[in-house]
Amino acid sequence: MEQFVMAAVTIIVGVFGCICYFFLSNIALDRLFPASGPKAGANINRANQIRPWLFMFPALALLTVYLVYPVFVSVYLSFMDAEGDNFVGAANYIWLINDDKFRESMFNNLLWLVFVPAASTFFGLVAAAVTDRIRWGNFAKAMIFMPMAISFVGAAVIWKLVYEYRPDGQEQIGILNALWTGMGGQAQTWLTSPVINSFLLMIVLVWIQTGFAMVILSAALRGIPEETIEAAILDGASPLQVFMKIKVPQIWGTILVVWTTITITVLKVFDIVLTMTNGQWGTQVLANLMFDWMFRGNDTGRASTAAIVIMLMVTPIMIWNIRNAAKEAR
Amino acid sequence: MDNIVGTRSRLVWAVNLCALALVVLWTFPTFGLLVSSFRDRDQISASGWWKAMFPSEASVQYRAPGPDTAVLKDGLFVIEGNIFEGGAGKVSAFGTSIREPGAHAVGSSVVTKDNETVTVARNGDFTITSSTAMDGNRGMRIFATTVTPARFTFENYGRVLGAEGLGRAFLNTMTVSIPATVIPILVAAFAAYALAWMEFPGRALIVALVVGLLVVPLQLALIPLLKLHNEIGIGKSYIGIWLAHTGFGLPLAIYLLRNYMVGLPREIIESARVDGATDFQIFLKIILPLSFPALASFAIFQFLWTWNDLLVALVFLGNSADQLVMTGQLKNLMGSRGGDWEILATSAFVTIAVPLVVFFAMQKYLVRGLLAGSVK
Repeated sequence: MEQFVMAAVTIIVGVFGCICYFFLSNIALDRLFPASGPKAGANINRANQIRPWLFMFPALALLTVYLVYPVFVSVYLSFMDAEGDNFVGAANYIWLINDDKFRESMFNNLLWLVFVPAASTFFGLVAAAVTDRIRWGNFAKAMIFMPMAISFVGAAVIWKLVYEYRPDGQEQIGILNALWTGMGGQAQTWLTSPVINSFLLMIVLVWIQTGFAMVILSAALRGIPEETIEAAILDGASPLQVFMKIKVPQIWGTILVVWTTITITVLKVFDIVLTMTNGQWGTQVLANLMFDWMFRGNDTGRASTAAIVIMLMVTPIMIWNIRNAAKEAR
Repeated sequence: MDNIVGTRSRLVWAVNLCALALVVLWTFPTFGLLVSSFRDRDQISASGWWKAMFPSEASVQYRAPGPDTAVLKDGLFVIEGNIFEGGAGKVSAFGTSIREPGAHAVGSSVVTKDNETVTVARNGDFTITSSTAMDGNRGMRIFATTVTPARFTFENYGRVLGAEGLGRAFLNTMTVSIPATVIPILVAAFAAYALAWMEFPGRALIVALVVGLLVVPLQLALIPLLKLHNEIGIGKSYIGIWLAHTGFGLPLAIYLLRNYMVGLPREIIESARVDGATDFQIFLKIILPLSFPALASFAIFQFLWTWNDLLVALVFLGNSADQLVMTGQLKNLMGSRGGDWEILATSAFVTIAVPLVVFFAMQKYLVRGLLAGSVK
C-alpha cells in the first residue's frame, strides 16, 4: 500500500513539478527581460534566445545523466580493474580477445545479426504483401503483430514449452518433439544441442520482430504510386513479377530502415538468452556475457569492456541514422 | 478470358492459405501456453496441450481400499468403490495384473489367484467379492484403461497469484510502470516543442544527439548509473528505476513528439504568435492538445517497455518481495520450477495479460507510433 502512495505522490510531484518549473521559469525570464520599457526589442530577442533552453533543460539534464555520462564512465571503467580502483591499461581488452566465452559470444552475435534481421524482414514482407490482399487482413495483421506486446521473458516461457523434452517412452508435451517423434525421429533436448539451440533462440526473436517489420513494410507498400503497378500489369507482368520488380525496389529504403532497427534490437538481446539457456551450451551472447560479469563475476572492468564492444557494434548504425536524420531535416 | 480468371482465383487461394499459415504459426505457441494454464499438473505431463480439447485415454493404476474395509453382505466379503473417486471418466478395459492391464472387458467378472472376484463397470464402479475373509493389509491393485473428458481448471491462477507471489509482483510492476510512463511525457513534450518550433543556434546538433542516443545500448548505462545511484543514496529503489526508465525513454519520446509536432500546420502557430500568445501558452493550449495521437503512441510504447522490461528491473531494483517485478519473478520461477508447467504457463499468462489488453485496445496508436518512430 505504501508503495502505491509513493507512486501516486511521484506522479503528482513529477507532473506538477514539471508544469511549475516551466511556468515559473518562463515568468522569471519575462521579469528579467521585460518586453516593455526602453530596451524592449533587445529584451525580447534575448529572452527568445534563452527560452528554448528553459524548455529543454529537464530533458537535456536527464539525457546527459542517464545516457551521455554513462558512455564516458564505461569507457573509463573498461581501463580499470574489477573494483574500478586501479588503472590496468588495455588488460581487459586483451583478456576479452583471448576469452573463449567472448569469442563464442561474438560468433553467436554475428549469427544473430545475420539470421534475425533477415528472417524477420523476409517474413514481415511476406506477411505485409499477403495481408494487404485479403479481406480478413486486419485480423491477420493483429495476430502476427501480437507478439510485439509480449515480454521477452514471457516469450521465453512460451517457446520453452514448444521445445520441451520428455525422455523416450513418455508422451512428448513440447510440440517440436511431438512433431519430430511423429516423423520417426528421436526426442531431442533441443536447447542443449549446440548451434541448433542458438537458432531456436533466434526464432523467438524473429517471432517477436516480424510483426514490427510487417507493420512498417505494409505502410510502405500501400504508399507505392498506383500508376507504376498498373503500367506493369498492362505490360503483362505476373503478380510475382509486380511484387519483386516493381514494389520491392520502391520500398528498398524502408526495408533498410526495418533491417537496421531490428539489428539494434538483436545487438541488445539479453532476456531471451538469460531465461532460456543462460548462455550455456554454446548460446552465450555479448549482452548476457556483460550481465554475467557485472553480477556473477562482480568485475566492473570486464563488464564495461563487454558493454563497450556492444556500443562499438551499434556505432555504425548510429552514425548512419544521424546522417539520414540530418539529410531529412535539410 | 477463362484462363486469366482461373489464375486469379488460384492466386487468391494461395494468398489466403499463406496468410492462414502465417497466422497459425504466429499464434500457435501463445495459444498453447493459454491452454496449458487451464490444465492441472497431471494433465500437462500426461499429454500435449493440443490434445486438451479431446477426451484423453490413459492407463491408470488404482489401489482398492484394504481388506479391513470389507463388509459382510449375503455371506460374502465385499469391497466397493469407484476408481475415479467421484471424478468423471469411462473405463474401456481393466485388468488385475501389471502384465495385462487391459485384459478384460468392462462388466466381466475376473477371478484372481487369491480367489477373489473383481468386476469393474464402465463408470468406474468396482466390486471385489470373496467367500472367505480377505487377508493381507494392502488393497488389491486394479489396472484400467480410462477415457477422461476434456477438463479445465482455474486453480492454477489462484495458486500463482497467491502462493507463488505473483500477485504481489503484479502490484510492483504497476508501481514501476505507471509513473515511468507518465513522467517522461511532459518533459519530452516541452523539449520536442522547442526542437520543432523555436529557432536557436545548436538546434540541429541536439536533434542529431537525440537520434544518436536512440540506439545507445542500455548495457553501457547500467554500471555507471548503479554506482551513481548508490553514491547519491538512491540505491536500489523505486525512485531509481523511475528515473532510469525516464532517462532511457526520453530519446524516443522526444524524437516521436518532435516529428509529429513539426508536421502541425504552421499557420495556427504563427497566428497565435501574432495574437500575442507566448510560447508557453502556445505549447499548453495548441500544441499539446493537437499532439494527442503522438502522446498516446509514446505512452503505449513506454508502458509496454517498462511493463515487459527485465534488465532495468534486475539492475535498479532489489530481489525482495516488495521490489520484485513480474518479469523477475517469472525468471526466478523458470529457474526453481523449471518442470512445473502449470505454474510457469499460468504465471507467464498473468504477466502478458495486461500488455495484450493494452495492445488490442490501442493498436491504432501503436502502429502510428511505430511508423513515426522508425528512423527514416
